[in-house]
Order: sequence, then C-alpha cells, then structure tokens
Amino acid sequence: MERQHSRLGFFLFSIYLILYGGFVLINAFRPDWMQVQPLGGVNLAILYGFGLILVAFVLALIYGIFSRDEPPEERA
Amino acid sequence: MTDQPSTLAIVVFFLFVGATLGLSFFLGRQAKSSKGYFAAHGQIPWFVNGIAFAGDYLSAASFLGICGMIAFYGYDGFLYSIGYLAGWIVALFVVAEPMKRLGKFTFADALDARFGSRGIRLAAGISTLAVSIFYLIPQMVGAGALVRPLLGFPHYVGVLLVGVTVILIVVTAGMVSTTWVQFLKGSLLVVFSAVLVVLIIDRGFEVEPQTAHRFMSLGPFSKTNVAAELEGQSELQDQKILPAKGVWQDQPFLRTRDEASGRITVWSREPVGDSKVMLHEAQMITKRQDGQVLIAGLPKGTGPGEATLYPVGRVSRLPDNKTKTGPLGPLSFFSTLENSEIILWRKKKLTDAEQSTTIYFQQPTPGSQVLRPGEHPRFKGIRSDDPLAKIEFLSLMLALFCGTASLPHILIRYYTVKDVSAARKSTIVGIASIGFFYILTLYLGLGAMTSGALDVTDSNMAAPLLAKSMSQWLFAVISAIAFTTVLGTVSGLILASAGAVSHDLISSFRTRPLDDATQVRVAKIASCVVGAIAIALGIVFQQMNVSYLVGWAFSVAASANLPALVMLLFWKGVTRQGIIAGVLVGMVSSLAWILLSGDTFEKVYGLDASAALVPFSQPGIVTIPLGFATLVIVSLLTRPKTKVA
Repeated sequence: MERQHSRLGFFLFSIYLILYGGFVLINAFRPDWMQVQPLGGVNLAILYGFGLILVAFVLALIYGIFSRDEPPEERA
Repeated sequence: MTDQPSTLAIVVFFLFVGATLGLSFFLGRQAKSSKGYFAAHGQIPWFVNGIAFAGDYLSAASFLGICGMIAFYGYDGFLYSIGYLAGWIVALFVVAEPMKRLGKFTFADALDARFGSRGIRLAAGISTLAVSIFYLIPQMVGAGALVRPLLGFPHYVGVLLVGVTVILIVVTAGMVSTTWVQFLKGSLLVVFSAVLVVLIIDRGFEVEPQTAHRFMSLGPFSKTNVAAELEGQSELQDQKILPAKGVWQDQPFLRTRDEASGRITVWSREPVGDSKVMLHEAQMITKRQDGQVLIAGLPKGTGPGEATLYPVGRVSRLPDNKTKTGPLGPLSFFSTLENSEIILWRKKKLTDAEQSTTIYFQQPTPGSQVLRPGEHPRFKGIRSDDPLAKIEFLSLMLALFCGTASLPHILIRYYTVKDVSAARKSTIVGIASIGFFYILTLYLGLGAMTSGALDVTDSNMAAPLLAKSMSQWLFAVISAIAFTTVLGTVSGLILASAGAVSHDLISSFRTRPLDDATQVRVAKIASCVVGAIAIALGIVFQQMNVSYLVGWAFSVAASANLPALVMLLFWKGVTRQGIIAGVLVGMVSSLAWILLSGDTFEKVYGLDASAALVPFSQPGIVTIPLGFATLVIVSLLTRPKTKVA
C-alpha cells in the first residue's frame, strides 16, 4: 500500500515536472512562442501559466483522493 | 507621492491590528509547554492549517511585490507566481509526509532523526536561521512600504511598528495563535483579492481614468528647431525653456519653467520619423545633497508653492479606438488588453555633485508586449542571445521550484497537525487557496497598471493603490490585510528561528536537552534578538522590490536544505558527515554568490554591477547541484567500512 502510494506520488510529480520544465524552457529558448494566441485572443504565456496552476491543483486532488484508502494512521 | 493618510484607513487599520493582537494574546495563554509553543500541541485541524499555509506563504512579497512587478512591467511578475506555486508540488509529493513522520518541532529534527548527531542539528539550525533572516528582510521592507501612504509615517516607522508588534505576538503567544491568525488572514486576503478582481473586470478599461492627471504631448516639431517652435505653443504660455547644461546635456529630455510658479516641467523627446520629434510630459524628483527633496523643481508637499508627483498608469488606446470597454469577462480582459496600447513608466537617473534627479517618463507599449514575458530588465535576457541571461532565468525558476519545500516557516507548519494524512490534506488545501490567489495576481497587477493610481516611485504599493482607486474602504481593508499578512509571515519566521535556536543550536552544545520551560524561555529571548536584526535589515534594504529579495531567500533555502532533505528520504547511503557538509556548502555557496553578484553590487553596495565577481545574479542553478554533489561525495567518502546491519 505504502509503495503504491509513493509510486503514485512519483508519477504525478513527474507529470508536473515535465509541464513546468516545458514552460521554463520555452520561455528561455523560444520566448516568441509565448506570444501566439491559440484560444480566444489570449496568448500562450497566460494560458500555459494558468494551466500550470490548475494542473497543480488537479494533481493534488488526485493524490488526495487515492491516498484516502490508506489505513487511518500507522503509529510510529 | 500622496502621503496624506485618511481617517477611515487609520481606523480600519488599527481595528485590524488590534483584533489580531487580541486574538493572539487570547489564544497564546494556552501555549505554556514547548509542544504547545512550537507545534500548537499538534492539534490544528487540517483545513485550518491548509489556509494557514496560504497565510504564511502569501506574504508581502506575493501580494505587494508580484502585483507591483506586474503593474510596472506586465507578465514578468507572474513568472514568480508560477514558480512559487510550483514549489508546492515538491512540498506535497516529496516533503510533506516524511517531514511529519520524522520530526517533532523543527526541520533539524527530521534531518537528524536517523543519526542523532549534534553536528546535523547545528548545521540545520544555522541554515534555518540564515534563511529566516533573509526571508524576513522583504517582509519588513514591505511593511515599511505599506505604512507610508496608509498612515503617513516614514518607512522606518513602519518597519519598527511591525518588528515590535511581531515580537510581542511571538513572545506572548506561540504556534497556536500564529496559526489561527494566519488562518484568518489567509482567508481574508484571498477573499478580498477576489472581490477586487471582480471589480477590476467589471470596471473594464478606460482611456482616460477619472483619477489620472492629464499628461500633455506636444508636437511634432522639427528636430533641429524644437526650442523655437515650442516657444509658440499656447499650452506653454509664460514658460521658459531651460538650457540643457551639465548632466542635462545630450539627454533626450527638455525642461520648461513656469515663470509665475517656478514649477519645472520635464519633457521626454520621442523621435518621429527622421526629422520630427514629439515631446511627452514627464515627471521628475530631485534629491539634493542637503537632503531636501524637490518635485518638478518645487519643495515636496501639498501646500501652495509645493508639488507632488502625479499618480500614473493608463491605457492610451483601446481596440477599435473605443474610449471605454465596459464590463469584461475573465478572458476578454486579456484579449482586449492584447490589442490595446498602455503607457508604462520608465526612469532615468541624472546625478551630479549637488543633486541627483530621477526622471520618470512615459513609454507607450503595445498590450501584446505587456502580456508576454521578457519586459522587465531582469527577464529581458530571455529575448537576447546571451546564454548567461538564459541560465540566470533557469536558475531563478529552479530556485523557486525547489525553495518552497525548504522554507523553515513552511516546514514547521507540518508539526501543527495530528498525523501524516492531515499533513497531506492541509497541503492540498494550501495548493488550492494559494493557486487561486496567484491567478488573481495577474488581474490585480494589470488592473493596477491601468488604474491611473500608481506611484511611479514605489512598485510595492501597486495593489493597495489599486484598491484606493476603487474606494477608500477597500483601500483601508486591503492595506490592513496586507499589513497583518506581513505580521503573520514575520511571526512565523521568527518562531522558526526561535525554534532553531532553542531546540537545535543550544541542544547541540549540551549533553542533555534543555528542560521544557527553559526551552520556551530561550525561544522567547531568541525571538527578540532575531526581531531586532530584522528591523535593522528592513531599514537598510528599503529600496528593493520585495519579490526579488524573496527570490534570494528561496535560493538559499533550496541550496542548503533541499539536498539534505531529499537525499535523506531517497538514498540509503547518506552519512552524518554528508548531511552536514551538504547543508553548510549549499548555504555558504549560495550566500556568497548573492553577496558577490551584480545586483547586490549595484543596489546594496552602490557599486558598478559589471564589477561583480560572479557571472549572473541568481545562484540556484549552480549551488543547488553543488549542495547535492557535496552531500553525495562526502557521504561516499565517509561510508562506514564495515557493513552495519
């Protein structure tokens, strides 16, 4: 159970790391991409930025929901 | 700028601070034991603790610094929001649960859980102190910045006020009251920021906001004959052009003086085509050697014969040449701005032996440029071909990512809840409220940019002044919340330092730990000392944008604490010596890097930035890996020779 739990944590962490890394690298090496407007006249910089914040919340929620199945608390 | 306090603001302000203090004293009576004092008996409900995370974390830097940076430079400040939030992912997935499982009161407890070494305690205690003090500086600077327009006090009074209040809170109370106060402030800050954002979006944009002074533009004139053509302008009747002597020689500025009032108007030249030039009204502030401050050549003040700087910040052109947009939606807010033109303000300093004059001039900027990264001098590098500038950017974003989960005042909050799953849940609540707030920062900053209420000299005041452009009530409430937020964050930091001194440093020098009552007493004395240091530094660093200073604190925290924390959790080969070396090398190298960097040279020592000894200012990308490498190498070298079962 514990192992599965930490594996889920690692998996979610990796997803976020890739997204955040992508954001930072685009800003550093292809800053012009941030000006394109993929949706409703709003540029990528804002969409990606908001996206990162929302994804953080969604990943945290997933983690929270799947962790609830643990035994209440192991007394160390 | 406008330093007149309003009675309403003062009343609301003192009500807030009074209520905070009262609550704090009331709750503090329960905290007599060390477990109560440092960890609130481990009895804080997870939801409250989660919002308290937001209260701790959304400090002066987030609220004042980020909003200010966005208001002056656009999107760039939001990069900090993104980085600060990203750090919470590390906190949730990597640090939260083990911290709770291993520790008791402090970060050193967790590091030391496996080894029981005094050296580790000492190293971790010192790094906690170093990071806390670094993080305290921007909080104190923010407090000073707030009090000035709100109550009309000078900067140092604000710093003193915060310092003394916080010392009172920490000495009389402890973690229980700090947590509840943080909970209240965290919720109020998020709720009122949301209210403000709704008002901003509903107000939309307007080409000439009511509050703004109407800045004149004259011309075009022919380049070679500006003076003569200017004489004939009706707007400039009774004005005389001042000769461009001394520092004014060969500058893109021109000054005219009103004969009657003596008021000097400074104009910035904007070349139009090859032969023409436009003049735009600018503002100037002169600091004389004898300490006198002149605005537009007149003494600073609101009386007759005196002058103040005008508030600024407006949209100069809207799409389809409208003058007003009316209510907008959360996304059309951005798409409208994208196709508008905004007046940003830039400054230039001219100094000679007698005085130094700072000129603030208008810079019309397309909205698409405001909403993309790379406008702030700090981030301009990402649009250049300079690899060092790009590395500097990566370095900052790395430090923000790694720093959150290494901040001592965040880490101690894991000991106030009852178990591991409460630690996790409170982190999730923290992420939700903090993330929501960071989304709001972009609206707040851009709203301030176009509010017509900005103070050109002080980016930290953008958010409260934005509230002021809505109503005096909001201004009073927002300022009071911001101020109590500073109080809360500062008390959390001082508590973390006090814990480090009494629980870690002192016990690392003694064979037996201090008894409970003595430990609390030592912690209270330590609080006073750290508080005094923070006051002094807050006065010294007055001029710096607070979110930038926080970036440094993150770098030091990430370099010193994160390697030890992560390696301890995920690598069995860690040794005692490895942890000590990793913490010390990470801390010393990042501190040294910052002290030798161009930014510190320029802004703190007043030297030339190019004389700096390190190639770029943000240490993270070098010193975080250095901390890891040191830890691993020293651990390998000191590996026990015989296998221990």
